[in-house]
Amino acid sequence: MFEHYLSIFITTVFIENIALSVFLGMCTFIAISKKIDAAFGLGIAVIVVCLITVPLNNLIYNSILKEGALAWAGLPEANLEFVGLISYIGVIAAAVQILEMFLDKFVPALYNALGVFLPLITVNCAILGASLFMIEKDLKFGESVVYGLGAGVGWAMAIVVLAGIREKLKYSDIPDGLQGLGVTFLIVGLMSFGFMSFGGISL
Amino acid sequence: MTVKQYKQILSKPLLEENPITLQILGICSALAVTSNLSVTLVMCVALTSVVSFSNLFISIIRNYIPSSVRIIVQMTIIASLVIVVDELLKAYDYETSKKLSVFVGLIITNCIVMGRAEAFAMKEKPFVSFLDGLGNGLGYSIILIAVAVVRELFGAGTLMGYEILPLVSNGGWYPANNLLLLPPSSFILIGLMIWGIRAYKQDQIEPNEYKLSKHATAPDLTKRELNV
Repeated sequence: MFEHYLSIFITTVFIENIALSVFLGMCTFIAISKKIDAAFGLGIAVIVVCLITVPLNNLIYNSILKEGALAWAGLPEANLEFVGLISYIGVIAAAVQILEMFLDKFVPALYNALGVFLPLITVNCAILGASLFMIEKDLKFGESVVYGLGAGVGWAMAIVVLAGIREKLKYSDIPDGLQGLGVTFLIVGLMSFGFMSFGGISL
Repeated sequence: MTVKQYKQILSKPLLEENPITLQILGICSALAVTSNLSVTLVMCVALTSVVSFSNLFISIIRNYIPSSVRIIVQMTIIASLVIVVDELLKAYDYETSKKLSVFVGLIITNCIVMGRAEAFAMKEKPFVSFLDGLGNGLGYSIILIAVAVVRELFGAGTLMGYEILPLVSNGGWYPANNLLLLPPSSFILIGLMIWGIRAYKQDQIEPNEYKLSKHATAPDLTKRELNV
């Protein structure tokens, strides 16, 4: 059982890394990766939110939206999968809002560190993407917890690595037009080629 | 507003203020769906219709949205539009919808849609907002189509599934560049595209934080003597 969970975790972090293999959350990935501190803060926030929302969406999908899930309420034929998207994004927005209020009240130090990044996360496609992939893979509740954690950790690791490279890069002599955005794209491309080498590993 | 201004709103996001290459918005889907031109076209149509209609509807009710809950209201409108597009796609083009998998759903969190709603539709009149959405959708489409054409033509020798460059494996002359079919290659292509656009539009160049200093040379003694 433990091995099964471990293999899901390793697969999500390295082989199907949500940033470098599936390319989700790219907008924030490129915009907030200029400094390692900021990248690290955002990474932690993504891990926390992924860990909360993916299992939550799993529960909602399996107990309400899935075909036949409402049989206990006398509606065996109800299939609410079409409102899936709007419920997942609603859950994510609500979870982020509640997390923000909770941190503000009980862990002000962490709130100050993450404060700026939390609202950004609602519109980060890595979070919604993780939930959608979880539905597509048809994971059970326990697996979805591990999957959420893995997706968050993989994304956080990738953004911290990219920020490290960009911090070094600002001292280099880059052609004018390639400066900033252009060269970042090239680097992410090369990083992503590197991550493809994990693709050959089977667990 | 005059027709000229309308035209400007529509054409500005195409190259000058392109959402992908200048504003870094909506890149996620630009990378994952571009290995095949026909899939890319479907994605472009889906995104352009969502962004223009979400702009239109948000702009119609902009004066009634309290600013504290505006993100949720915008999200709801966008998510409903995406669900409509998703269901239409499933009904009429099931195979493409399978290929796009989660990326249609991810239009909800595509920053172009949210960004335009927040930056334009909340302030301007409905018709202008619709045009702005259309322009940004087309700006996104131009980059995506360009990337997809390069990737499919040189990676597989075909366009929209029709053979353009006969492959060596089929008895032709063109050895396929399989590297281009791998998703990371689209990063490289967009990076080079940005370089191209900025070589043409010099004002988009980002200034370097640190300038390289000139090589330090030994003091020029002859000049010093002259100064004295």
